[in-house]
Amino acid sequence: MSHSSSEPLTTADGVPLKVSLRRAVRRSKLKALLLVSPLLAFLVIAFVMPIFDMLWRSVDNPEVSTHLSRTVEALKGWDGESLPEELAFAALVEDLREGQEERNLGLLSSRLNYEKSGMRSAISRTARRAADLEPPFRESLVEAHRAWGELDTWRLIQREARPYTPSYYLAAVDRQVSPEGEIVKVPAHLEIHVALFWRTFWMSAVITGLTLLLGYPIAYLLATLPLRRSNLLMILVLLPFWTSLLVRTTTWIAILQSQGVLNDMMVAIGMIADEARWQMIHNKVGTIVAMTHILLPFMILPLYSVMKTIPPSYMRAARSLGGKPLLSFRRVYFPLTIPGIAAGGILVFILAIGYYITPALVGGQSGRFITNYIAYHMQTSLNWGLAAAIASILLFVVIVFYLIFNRLIGVDKVKLG
Amino acid sequence: MNSSLRSFRKGTLGTAVALVGMSALGLSATAQAETLNIVSWGGAYSMSQHEAYDKPWMEKTGDEIVNIDRSGNALAGLRAQSQAGNVTWDLVDMLPADAMIACDEGLIEPLDHDELLADAPDGTPPSEDFVDGGLDDCFVASIVYSNIVAYNTEMFPEDQQPSTIEDVFDLENYPGKRALLRKPINNLEWALIADGVDRNDVYAMLETEEGIQRAFAKLDTIKDEVIWWEEGAQPPQLLADQEVAFASAYNGRIFNAMVTEDQPFEIIWDAQVFELDGWVVPTGKLDKVKDYLYFATDTQRLADQAKYISYGPARKSSADYVTTHAETGIEMEEHMPTYGPNFETALQKDDLFWADFSDELTQRFDAWLAQ
Amino acid sequence: MAIPSYATRGERIWHTVFLGICTLVFLFLVGPLLVIIPLSFNAEPYFTFSEEMLTLDPAGYSLRWYQDFFTSSEWLGAIKNSFIIGIASTLLATVLGTVAALGLSSRHMPARGAIMAMLISPMIVPLIISAAAMFFFFSKINLAQTYLGVILAHTALGIPFVVITVTATLSSFDTTLIRAAHSLGANPTRTFFKVVLPLVTPGVVSGALFAFITSFDEVVVVLFIAGPEQRTMPIQMWSGIREQISPTILAVATLLVLLSMLLLTTLELLRRRGERLRGVSPG
Repeated sequence: MSHSSSEPLTTADGVPLKVSLRRAVRRSKLKALLLVSPLLAFLVIAFVMPIFDMLWRSVDNPEVSTHLSRTVEALKGWDGESLPEELAFAALVEDLREGQEERNLGLLSSRLNYEKSGMRSAISRTARRAADLEPPFRESLVEAHRAWGELDTWRLIQREARPYTPSYYLAAVDRQVSPEGEIVKVPAHLEIHVALFWRTFWMSAVITGLTLLLGYPIAYLLATLPLRRSNLLMILVLLPFWTSLLVRTTTWIAILQSQGVLNDMMVAIGMIADEARWQMIHNKVGTIVAMTHILLPFMILPLYSVMKTIPPSYMRAARSLGGKPLLSFRRVYFPLTIPGIAAGGILVFILAIGYYITPALVGGQSGRFITNYIAYHMQTSLNWGLAAAIASILLFVVIVFYLIFNRLIGVDKVKLG
Repeated sequence: MNSSLRSFRKGTLGTAVALVGMSALGLSATAQAETLNIVSWGGAYSMSQHEAYDKPWMEKTGDEIVNIDRSGNALAGLRAQSQAGNVTWDLVDMLPADAMIACDEGLIEPLDHDELLADAPDGTPPSEDFVDGGLDDCFVASIVYSNIVAYNTEMFPEDQQPSTIEDVFDLENYPGKRALLRKPINNLEWALIADGVDRNDVYAMLETEEGIQRAFAKLDTIKDEVIWWEEGAQPPQLLADQEVAFASAYNGRIFNAMVTEDQPFEIIWDAQVFELDGWVVPTGKLDKVKDYLYFATDTQRLADQAKYISYGPARKSSADYVTTHAETGIEMEEHMPTYGPNFETALQKDDLFWADFSDELTQRFDAWLAQ
Repeated sequence: MAIPSYATRGERIWHTVFLGICTLVFLFLVGPLLVIIPLSFNAEPYFTFSEEMLTLDPAGYSLRWYQDFFTSSEWLGAIKNSFIIGIASTLLATVLGTVAALGLSSRHMPARGAIMAMLISPMIVPLIISAAAMFFFFSKINLAQTYLGVILAHTALGIPFVVITVTATLSSFDTTLIRAAHSLGANPTRTFFKVVLPLVTPGVVSGALFAFITSFDEVVVVLFIAGPEQRTMPIQMWSGIREQISPTILAVATLLVLLSMLLLTTLELLRRRGERLRGVSPG
């Protein structure tokens, strides 16, 4: 050992051991990376890039700058205090003529209509007549559609000429830019998204709480029974876990609807009158019951795996030291299960706020989640920018909880089945 | 369905034999048999198109027609396909309001109607033969359909049957649940008319804040008794189960339930909101579907469709050719939205108004529902 | 959970109550799945038990909804699509995921935490967000409304399950076994097939089963990116439930419950086999 500094250890072929080791480590590092790389590459293309594309879409704002390029140019330096010069009107006519010829004004008119109702027809009606408009264009444009005589219209065009816009995010939290350029709340009768975000969060919290309440005793039972018996009961937990989400949602429809199994039973035993059947579906109750059922296994499994590690001797020790059962439970057992509660709780909460299918099928009017609005803007209103913005906000929330989860528990500790 | 399939097979078989025969005689068929992907609404409506247009067309040409039920999301589908540069739809059935947007976006072909479509039997050119608004830059109407409120006659005493749109909003004399479409469209119009607004002033009124407030205030009076539906199949079902007393619906669905299923329904034609529905051609597909479009929009074909569903033909000249219901043999005329007595207090849906205000009013309507 | 002999009377009562509560929760978990099985044999087009069914009159029962299902070209087509998409994406996810898991379980894997977090993310990101994002992106690169697009999307969703189960199997894998095999004269290929593979297979198979069921049950992504040609079972069920809920759906649901029972049994057998092979006591 004493001569190690002067004469380094070497391998059989004379290479210093340190170098050889480092080389070996580097080689196996490279090998590991090589093994992971096909999957990483795949996920980047099939998953990561789509997500970034969506984030980009939530701020992307090409419509005005592309289709009204001349108008935007002419509005440079306009103070926004009074209607712009004839030059800008002429540029607009030129832009609309070209757009009408190439028939590509649709996205522009939709885009402006999000900000100011009425812009869709202002653009399409004017564009159809653009070829026949005569100078002075200021008069003929205002005559073609009253929107061109309004200061707000021109301010809107000037404002939305930027390549990126915050307006989808503003709309997603019920805010808008006032004609004066300030960020203000939308009128109360148009507020919808913020309330839905909150509803999604509190209903998810309720569902998480219910799964904990129902899951805790089950996990405790499973963890304390002899393995052979608990394995048998575990199947009762895993069966719903493995059953199709749609099947489980369907069963709740069959059970809870007004002509369903539960109402029929209560009528049959005379608990309620036939005319006074309970409304248990297509409202909050439906969503909460069905989702609690669907997510319960996700609470039981992490709780179970934590409880499994608590030696039964702890409780016996607490008891033998004179602790009353409730006290021993509260002071000894319960604190030890907190990691399981945290894991199950965060997992269920993350899953719940992203649920779409179940609230859409059994939620009715009052049991809808914000996810239903993402789908609505994707498929019906076709305001894809707004859909992307709402989805991005939700994604942000999920990622925050995911990071907390990862910090507390570690993703590689997730066990399945 | 079975019989249609059978005759479809017979049809193609016949054509195939004919084609073989022709080529055997050294006459090469000029038109190659093709597959047309046609997008429509599904259900009874697609059936009626299949019977009236597709079957005779397939028999005539040997083309194969694939029906795709995607009209409910047609605009989104066209956008996605055109963005992807892979347009697989050849012809799409859509509403004129959507067609207007698709046309502005360049997703569908502008059409020269007098060039592309058949004249009426008496030689009237298409531009004069179609009903008002039936031909738009990129759009050809095929039917006139109507949004109406229907009721279940068994849920009211015989001497106290509802008959006007005011009755739908009258909970005192006509109690019971109402099923309405979960959208502002139609509901706002009906609310104003029931509140005493003249039907000619409805849309002007809805462009003002007072008008909108008035409409919502009227809807507020029945809000607690409303079940909101989203799929066209729901209203007849809800009425049949007596879950509701009134339901807004498309008139064809109610007609089907009344006639083929013998349901005790009645349509309130008062203040019906009628609109058109028809064809658009995705960009680049005009050559492929030109012949089919010519055929499927001629006077006889539109009249034939009315044998299968109670929607009015969009050509005036078709009216004389409308006969009886194919299955039950009843006279179709009085079940048409365009039939005189039914049409007296009809309101035409203002597509331009809804193109502008649908985003905002839908949001407002949702916020109102959530209150 | 035996009651200790020193338990007081109060504790005994509490214990009984506790068992009662557990029974109710188990009932809540499994009951709904059991209710639909008899309902799917209803002779009437209703979603509830008829008089005849309750009195066990055979006239109340029928197979008409199953017949409906097995003779409907729509349902059969949907099943076929589900299997095509499910099997293709499972194969892809299993191969990519297993190879990656081999790398991840190397001691020298750099940035393991970050990479693992990324590989798991498709499981954490809400489906509706993945669906919207994939719709935007796949439309751009010509993959929307194609089988390939749906298969790639489902592969991405299935990968976390494969990675998790296979790395878990590998982490409990005793590497001295490999050295033992080498020292006994087996070459690397022989070692891989005779020692590594048999020990890892249960993990790979259960990962593959997870990936398959994920694809087989997935609605949201298909709803957004598939065209009518790629209509799958869940989509068929989804539109059935939304439009007009007929008992055919209950028949399908019953078949799917049976399928999940089958999968569950397979998994349980695999788990036991894995434990036995690794010498873990089965308990």
